[in-house]
Amino acid sequence: MSTLQMERRAFLKISVAASGGLLIGLYLPGASKRAAAQERSASAFMPNAFLRIGTDERVTVIVNHSEMGQGVYTALPMLLAEELDADWSKIGYESAPVDAKYNHPIFGMQITGGSSSVYSGFEQYRNAGAAARAMLIAAAAVQWNADPASLRTESGTVLDGTNRKLSYGQLAEAAAKMTPPAKVTLKDAKAFKLIGTPAKRLDTPEKINGKAVFGIDVKNAGMLTAVVARAPVFGAKVKSFDDSHARNMPGVRKIVPVPSGVAVVADSFWQAKMAREAVRIDWDEGEMHAFSTTEMMQQFREQAKSPGTSVRRDGDPDGALAKAVQKIEAVYEVPYLSHLMMEPLNCAVDLREDSCEIWTGTQFQTVDRAAAAKAAGLPNEKVQIHTTFLGGGFGRRATPQSDFVVEAVHVAKAAGVPVKVVWTREDDMQGGWYRPAFLHSIVGGVDASGNPVSWKSRLVGQSIMAGTPFEAMMKGKEYDPASVEGVDDLPYEIPNLAVESHQAKVGVPVQWWRSVGHSHTGFATECFIDELAALAHKDPYRFRRSLLTKHPRHLAVLDLAAQKAGWGKPLPKGRARGIAVHFAFGSYNAQVAEVSVTDGKVRVHRIVSAVDCGHYVNPGIISAQLEGGAIFGASAALYQELTFENGRLHQTNFHTFPVMRMNECPEIETHIVESNEKSGGIGEPGVPCTAPAIANAVFAATGKRIRKLPIRMTEAV
Amino acid sequence: MISFSVNRQRVNLDVDPSTPLLWVLRENLGLTGTKYGCGMAQCGACTVHLDGEAIRSCVAPVSRAAGKEVTTIEGLSPDLSHPLQRAWLAEDVPQCGYCQSGQLMSAAVLLREKPRPSDEDIDQAMTGNICRCGTYPRIRKAIHRAAAMMPAGGAK
Repeated sequence: MSTLQMERRAFLKISVAASGGLLIGLYLPGASKRAAAQERSASAFMPNAFLRIGTDERVTVIVNHSEMGQGVYTALPMLLAEELDADWSKIGYESAPVDAKYNHPIFGMQITGGSSSVYSGFEQYRNAGAAARAMLIAAAAVQWNADPASLRTESGTVLDGTNRKLSYGQLAEAAAKMTPPAKVTLKDAKAFKLIGTPAKRLDTPEKINGKAVFGIDVKNAGMLTAVVARAPVFGAKVKSFDDSHARNMPGVRKIVPVPSGVAVVADSFWQAKMAREAVRIDWDEGEMHAFSTTEMMQQFREQAKSPGTSVRRDGDPDGALAKAVQKIEAVYEVPYLSHLMMEPLNCAVDLREDSCEIWTGTQFQTVDRAAAAKAAGLPNEKVQIHTTFLGGGFGRRATPQSDFVVEAVHVAKAAGVPVKVVWTREDDMQGGWYRPAFLHSIVGGVDASGNPVSWKSRLVGQSIMAGTPFEAMMKGKEYDPASVEGVDDLPYEIPNLAVESHQAKVGVPVQWWRSVGHSHTGFATECFIDELAALAHKDPYRFRRSLLTKHPRHLAVLDLAAQKAGWGKPLPKGRARGIAVHFAFGSYNAQVAEVSVTDGKVRVHRIVSAVDCGHYVNPGIISAQLEGGAIFGASAALYQELTFENGRLHQTNFHTFPVMRMNECPEIETHIVESNEKSGGIGEPGVPCTAPAIANAVFAATGKRIRKLPIRMTEAV
Repeated sequence: MISFSVNRQRVNLDVDPSTPLLWVLRENLGLTGTKYGCGMAQCGACTVHLDGEAIRSCVAPVSRAAGKEVTTIEGLSPDLSHPLQRAWLAEDVPQCGYCQSGQLMSAAVLLREKPRPSDEDIDQAMTGNICRCGTYPRIRKAIHRAAAMMPAGGAK
């Protein structure tokens, strides 16, 4: 039996379960159960796990990545539709259940991360479409008694040389009886009709009429809402609690202790929240009770004075530095950051004796399912996760410990009822799993001609991988690749280079945050190369160019951004430009920022962002990701930091952890390099350059260097 | 018992009058298109119209709606035909989509009051609505596009 046949059989089983009413709601967010049932009954042809074709002509693509704004519900269907020669107006999407056949082809589990969804699915989804197309052709060939090789396909129909045609819907039932092809031939890139076009996002209609279902919108009959009173300090444990006032408040059904705190379960969110305020908890605050980020950064500065674990060493960095004509030393610091998705965390759980159903916006289905199964005391296969739309992810919804999923299972278990745990904005911001704070201490020198001869980077910060099930990815190294990515592959031609890492041990839970290590290495390295250019009295754009002669793709985006931004051309008085270039997640990005500084306030007027992400699928979505990436990066550069004192986080909501708003948003121009190189990512690569481009522009405008984020002119040097 | 109208339908509810309108819409009436983002009128995800004015429903007690007309995203148009929805489609505005209901409801009031808004008008009307995905440049373009689509005299 071929793989495809086996997959089909397994898929049919899932479909049967769904038509029994078990999984409805997941498959078609926003649609009524009735509509979902109709859709399913019309699905006559299910050639593999990735699509169904109905007699009503609808082609439903099953997407194995989570839609969190990055456009996978459009880009992956485009890949499939291209090879299927489908009618794009008949394409729909559906989120995949948790199943090994939906694993990420590179990571081996179901995950949305690393800006990898589209390039990892590039062949997977095209193969699925091509296999279906072959079966539709085979069905038409039988009907017409024709040679399959004499038939062609176009926009959802099979045609022969005599203008006979059959639509995919007409062929669906017959195609289902055909043998899946052992092998398919994919189109040559030159033949693509859909791939490479700015096709409109398929999910826009339901996102502008209120119908799209996010995790927080899930409501099943009999499901109650819970909020959890969590530790005020990381690692704190409940000593005792008094719920005597809260218990009798309106709508309150249960108040139960869970490992993360005390859960208040009520008929509605507001009732649960009100009652939570009336629960008195005595905490054992544990080791973090006196934690302060001011002290932590002081310790980081001390640590940076001693050599760390060697990550990379080229030539003789110390010897070369001693001989350098001019030297410069700089310490860059970046704070803890919250992902701050617009939709605060939430998770709905229906736990039964022998099953556990979960509805949530997650980036990490395989890991969450295993963690939920463990918490529920059930085998993995008894747990199903329905992935809703994600109101932003940025890495927070891919927690190795599955914190928000496991907690919800515990609440459902303790309360004995189906519950949806909803986090308030404050809960979400104070709940941890931040971008780690980092310090980069860099020293470099140039020779008499101004060429850099030595660069030594020393990093201090927490590891994301250490202590998690992903520690294996560190491959026994004493440093975390996710800490040093973006500096360990510094592209500049500098003969003597050292990169060292200190892995700080701090009890603050940290995690990947859009662009991960690149979010700070991009800032530190691109500011420091700018400082070296100034030391050498050279133009920062030309200085970079001269050191990138062996890196044509870096050069191409750098040139494109500089040219489109009018690098070197006069600007209105008070305005200046800064530039940065960085490689991350398989793609190259360069940005030029135009800023002014008035009364100590930085205003970003314009950002030009150029990307080479290799062979691309949807330039409209790429532009959107570059625009969003620059705004994400600018928010961090200008406003954001998380600070702790006495173990407690100062920031609580948008007023203390601001996000860029419409009135502050610069003009953003995006440019994509035409490329036939291997595809790279796009969700994250547009973030790292923004902060250094702004900081370098501030230097150009004021002569002052920004070495600490967020930018405060009072701290500029 | 509190009575008001939501998307032109009369509702009578037995709820605590201090409950924010947001949660009544979402939980009692099942209108989940209006979103919770901050609970303190900081982000605009919960924006709805109360007698035609844009309000932050997360801080408005439901009692404030008594006897009035509430319009939510579900009531903006029955069929995506509002000029703003058409412009949002044309500009491919949403990414994650979570803030977009609030963005549209704020923009709808702006266009009613200023059928040909300037960039400054857009800044002023839309600055209370946060988008973490960074769709602002497209929102701005879409508002201009919608304005160009509207008959002279503005939106209804």
